[in-house]
Amino acid sequence: MNVLVLVKQIPDPNNPYQLANNRLKRDGGQNVLDPGDEFGVEAALQLTEANGGEVTVISMGPESAMEAIRRALSMGAHKGVLISDESLQGADALVTARVLAAAIKKTGFDLVIAGVESTDGSTGTVPGTIAELLGVPLASFAKHLEIKDTTLHIQRQTEKGYDDVESPLPAVLTVTAGVNEPRYPTFKGIMQAKSKPVEQLKVGDLGLSADEAKPTQTVNEVTPAPARGAGEKFEDDGTGAAKVADFLKEAKVI
Amino acid sequence: MAKIWVYGDPAQDSTGFKTALEILTKARSLGGEVEAVVFGPGATEAAKAFGEHGATKVFAGDDAAFHDTIGTVAATALHQLVQEHQPNIILFPMSYDARDVASRLSAKTGSTLMSNATDVTGAEGAKTAIFGGAQIVDVKFDGPDPKLVLIRPKSFDAEASGGSAEVVNVTAPAAEGAKVVERHEQAATGPKLEDASVIVSGGRGLQDPSNFKLLEDLAALIPGAAVGATRAVVDAGWVPYAMQIGQTGKTVKPKVYIAVGISGATQHIVGMKSSDRIIAINKDAEAPIFQLADLGIVGDALKVVPKLTEEVKARKG
Repeated sequence: MNVLVLVKQIPDPNNPYQLANNRLKRDGGQNVLDPGDEFGVEAALQLTEANGGEVTVISMGPESAMEAIRRALSMGAHKGVLISDESLQGADALVTARVLAAAIKKTGFDLVIAGVESTDGSTGTVPGTIAELLGVPLASFAKHLEIKDTTLHIQRQTEKGYDDVESPLPAVLTVTAGVNEPRYPTFKGIMQAKSKPVEQLKVGDLGLSADEAKPTQTVNEVTPAPARGAGEKFEDDGTGAAKVADFLKEAKVI
Repeated sequence: MAKIWVYGDPAQDSTGFKTALEILTKARSLGGEVEAVVFGPGATEAAKAFGEHGATKVFAGDDAAFHDTIGTVAATALHQLVQEHQPNIILFPMSYDARDVASRLSAKTGSTLMSNATDVTGAEGAKTAIFGGAQIVDVKFDGPDPKLVLIRPKSFDAEASGGSAEVVNVTAPAAEGAKVVERHEQAATGPKLEDASVIVSGGRGLQDPSNFKLLEDLAALIPGAAVGATRAVVDAGWVPYAMQIGQTGKTVKPKVYIAVGISGATQHIVGMKSSDRIIAINKDAEAPIFQLADLGIVGDALKVVPKLTEEVKARKG
């Protein structure tokens, strides 16, 4: 089966994020494959290892997003597609979904896998919009997945537990962290990744009009939030617990 | 005059219901025509609460198909209503189900979709908080109506205005897609996190899943207290997902939030920063959580918490 995985390169979430021109600063610092996407790559690898087929990773981003694709290739994915175009800077969720959906159509697929949301943008709406643009079901928030015959079975995370959900294929699937244990790339995998094919596309290659690729959101301004009053901080010298208890008493919760 | 729609879930104990009432309260203050769309079993019944919170009209679809398909039936029906009634903006709760409906609708209408909004400035814009709430981004929308906005729970306080809504019944259209075949609910014990007046929450700093017992012992002594957790320890399988507080978990606003062994990643902070008071206990004096804390104790959680339990016992007499 032909499994496509959507991946994103993001600034390392372990470092503080910064803004440049009211957008998240994506260059200059350490960038990584979104840790949430590793679960999607792993899920795709397990499916193709069990059922045969190929894993293609697709990313939209600056040229440097090639590193995120290589990381997924070093985990074992077979090939990549990178859509990099200056006109896509500042693309919102809708535009991102249009671009990715066009690239997915061009590539062909049985299943598209994504994380439930990116770690930096956290919109969580791109997979659903892609599913609609492709005219296929969305099986979202999967914490467990299985394919039997041509039906996708997932446990969908809910507020109170989980739902058993069935979906015909082709479909778009989003996986939560914890759906599996992503593998680390082996040395051999890293070496092989260097020679795996990555197709590079521009907006013009996707048959999208300039209007469809135009952002539908602009930032008026970014302002600091009203700061919470600075509190007190104590080194625990054995009286820390008593201080907390006094605080709880004062707050009238005990 | 702008036509503002609020999308809601009929299940009264769900985020999608409570948040919709909060959003309605805000929508009323924006001026314009405020109407609601409620899909799923119990929608007509729920219309009463939506009317009391400011909707003059509620489009109610009671069919189970709205609830049992992942996004498709609700998005198709909503699209039909949009074409007929032409709202300028639709405000959704940032819930699992609403996210899957709004994302599909965005493709159908070709209209903008913004997630994680914390405020709405009118029919053409909204605000969101980034970097753990340190910065507020004011966003302007372009492109065709209706603008679509997903709003974080507890961004506004729900207040009834005492009105009543005209109910318009909506039948479920046929739509293919992923379907729910069975639901599983985990039995919850103690007060729900969203309703707890005090939350004792644990992170990686607890070092081992068994140490959550320390938090449970403390919470058991405090009336209305519940135990929460960070995504890191939920992902690690220490505690169930139902305990997760943060971006992908629950948004809470207790009187007192006690963060134990939690560093304060953005993903966690957005779910708890609106708590009335925050106490942090962490070994690392540089942990970002201390920037939010009204009271910070730099120390070993495994030593401080058992002692705190004793101190609380003593004060309760």
